[in-house]
Amino acid sequence: MRALLLIAPLLAFVLITFVMPIADMLFRSVENGIVSDILPRTSAAIKDWNSQGVDDLPHENVYRNLLVDLTIAVKRRTQTRVGSRLNYEAAGISSSFRRVGRGLRSFNTEPYSNYFIHQDENWGDTGYLEQLFSNPRISAALPSSASAFRTWQTDFSSDQIITPDDFVFVALASDLSTLANDKVSDLGIDSLRTAHADIDQLSTSSIKHMFIEFDKNWGDVNLWKTIKTFSPRYTDGYFLNAVDLKRGIDGVERRDQSERIYLVLFVRTAVMSLTITVLCILLGYPVAYLLAHLPLRKANLLLILVLLPFWTSLLVRTSAWKVLLQQEGVINDILVTIGLVDDAARLVMINNQFGTIVAMSHILLPFMILPLYSVMKTIPPSYIRAARSLGATPFTAFWRVYFPQSLPGIGAGSVLVFILAVGYYITPELVGGVKGTFISNRIAYHISSSLNWGLGAALGTLLLVAVLILYWVYDRIVGIDNVKLG
Amino acid sequence: MTESDNEFVCFKNVQKSYDGKILVVKDLNLSIGRGEFLTMLGPSGSGKTTCLLMLAGFETATHGQILLDGKTINNIPPHKRGIGMVFQNYALFPHMSVEENLSFPLEVRSMGRSMREQKVKHALDMVQMSEFATRRPSQLSGGQQQRIALARALVFEPELVLMDEPLGALDKQLREHMQFEIKHLHERLKVTVVYVTHDQTEALTMSDRVAVFDDGIIQQLASPDTLYEEPINSFVAQFVGENNTLTGVVEKIDKSSATVRLDSGDMISAMPVNIHKSGERTQVSIRPERVETDMKRLPEGGYTISAEVLEFIYMGDVFRTRLKVAGNDDFIVKSRNSPDQSRLTPGETIKIGWLPQDCRALDA
Ligand SMILES: Nc1ncnc2c1ncn2[C@@H]1O[C@H](COP(=O)(O)OP(=O)(O)OP(=O)(O)O)[C@@H](O)[C@H]1O
Ligand SMILES: [Mg+2]
Repeated sequence: MRALLLIAPLLAFVLITFVMPIADMLFRSVENGIVSDILPRTSAAIKDWNSQGVDDLPHENVYRNLLVDLTIAVKRRTQTRVGSRLNYEAAGISSSFRRVGRGLRSFNTEPYSNYFIHQDENWGDTGYLEQLFSNPRISAALPSSASAFRTWQTDFSSDQIITPDDFVFVALASDLSTLANDKVSDLGIDSLRTAHADIDQLSTSSIKHMFIEFDKNWGDVNLWKTIKTFSPRYTDGYFLNAVDLKRGIDGVERRDQSERIYLVLFVRTAVMSLTITVLCILLGYPVAYLLAHLPLRKANLLLILVLLPFWTSLLVRTSAWKVLLQQEGVINDILVTIGLVDDAARLVMINNQFGTIVAMSHILLPFMILPLYSVMKTIPPSYIRAARSLGATPFTAFWRVYFPQSLPGIGAGSVLVFILAVGYYITPELVGGVKGTFISNRIAYHISSSLNWGLGAALGTLLLVAVLILYWVYDRIVGIDNVKLG
Repeated sequence: MTESDNEFVCFKNVQKSYDGKILVVKDLNLSIGRGEFLTMLGPSGSGKTTCLLMLAGFETATHGQILLDGKTINNIPPHKRGIGMVFQNYALFPHMSVEENLSFPLEVRSMGRSMREQKVKHALDMVQMSEFATRRPSQLSGGQQQRIALARALVFEPELVLMDEPLGALDKQLREHMQFEIKHLHERLKVTVVYVTHDQTEALTMSDRVAVFDDGIIQQLASPDTLYEEPINSFVAQFVGENNTLTGVVEKIDKSSATVRLDSGDMISAMPVNIHKSGERTQVSIRPERVETDMKRLPEGGYTISAEVLEFIYMGDVFRTRLKVAGNDDFIVKSRNSPDQSRLTPGETIKIGWLPQDCRALDA
């Protein structure tokens, strides 16, 4: 208990600054509140719509609810957010939303308020409506209009206005037209019964037509499908997107050739990280061996050289590789000078995969050398001696006796390097060009530029899961107990 | 025995220095006969392991020659020397099973599979470890690992086996048991064994000859009994077995006897070993079991001196009595627990005696 108290500050710190943001980020990969938050009535109304063909548009009531939702959204200035969210899924939607938001005022919705007020003066009185909707049975039977009226009261009304805006009546019309006769009778309100009887009259001033006339995109089945697909609160859309799939007309399907980018990136990230890991083993093993077998004083000096990169900025190191590798860079200059390479055909060694692999192998090398070194230091020289005395040549002694015992070091180093490489971001960004970037660069792009956090989170989650699976497989094959870091 | 049988292994003027300044081995000359069990005995840091490593080929001699079966091996790499070696920490390969460990020296000699299996089985039988063939070394006890290490060093039938403190990590009882087994294996297989230890009992019980090392020099090379009974200097006398020393000055010396004036003033006679002239300081050495506390048993010609009993320890088979003799209050006497042996009580003053030939005057 006391131990728990002692670590409490650290625990709280880690929880608040690390675990919670990550959990939040992971949650964003499935969370999809925007559509249902901003277009709640539309989302509810569109649930029953299943398009049978290109001409099978949603019902009039869906449009009515959209008008209500959009009117409120425009008031709250949130309609562009729905647009941009849906735009990730189908390009062009955001402009439809932007335009309709601006043009909503020109829609002729007066017939709706007139219809009700001409039947009964009371409909124009806020007090009457207030009393009506305070009855829970009525609010439950007329959900759209009840919530629309309340929103109107809080966001739109002022002391001077006693008649609600038209959109409240549009909502009322939508609610009433979906109710059956007996249901309305059950409510026992005469004015509702009267209004319900003739509600079909209002189809002459169709909101649906107004939308399509204003912008023919609103008569496009695909636009509505997108809205319907992304109206639930949770979505697998980001994950599908992250593996180059999408939810098409007939369920999940692959994206168009031109839009497939993430799988390629995942594979590239894995292959390049693997290359870097192998390179680090090949380069790091001899160094670690030397370190472990040199006299202490020399070994320490060498260790400092190995650690030196840690003391210089990552940016400096990466930029140094730029200086070395670019076409007018040091290496090309030398190659040209000694005549190995023609001046006109200088090698392209940066802003491609080669550049990324070289720079990252250099940067990650210490993470391979250090665990290797610490494992090798624990291998007593008597093993090699024993092998030699038993008749093994120096190579056989190394290969059959020393190397197997240094495997835990290789394992630890590889896990470390690979996991670091898979998530690396700065170096590929700087020296990777187009062909040498990693999935993490794409994640960063979505987090900070395109602001598609959901997709960024989905990509990040996939990366995390991939690493965890790898870790698990590794544990299965090698055994994590066999990994020694020191 | 031919000449080469007497000199199967031969160190000639061998010197070794690790840092170029301090000689860890100084001018080593040593011949080991074929089939001999030779032990290098000495305190820590005296250069025993270094000698063994030079013989095995893991260290090069700074100076001098090492011959094996008449041929210089200074420039032959370890794996071509065909010398079996048992290490103090056993050095069993942890990633191989017992079988694979034993099979390793045969594999690197490109021996066929059936031949290998047969030899491995034979070697395991030899150390009574057949049922552990598939275990990993980490699943064996210290004594079992020791046997496997032994079997591995013998499985490829080397003519020479080196053992560097092979029993150092075992408890006393197991160590005694293993000493016995190693000795028997040696007798049965007739291999030459060079054995390193700093345990003098081990050296005495197992060896044909013992080389006592100190400070990079062989202090004495002799059979166990000679070593024990006739140490040639005070280092050997102190190091091998228990020993009482009395210090004094040589008063008179001739070939077979010397008179020493002890620091307490007593005059005693002793056998001169490595003292040369009167006036020299000397350490007189007497083994505890050669001192007699019962004057009736003291043979004719014995020398007697009075002593004060400080402590009496009953040890079962022997009595161990600590006395104050001629100013030395750490003088030990061991007497056999026989029916007529008297038990001394601390505080009493008694007479003790010994024969002058058991009393050796050595260098100070
Ligand atoms: N590789 C080395 N480099 C430098 N000095 C060494 C090395 N190995 C041993 N020495 C030194 O050489 C001397 C003799 O060492 P050696 O290992 O031969 O002693 P030893 O008789 O085997 O002792 P022990 O009974 O403790 O094993 C010691 O002073 C030791 O410090
Ligand atoms: Mg040693």
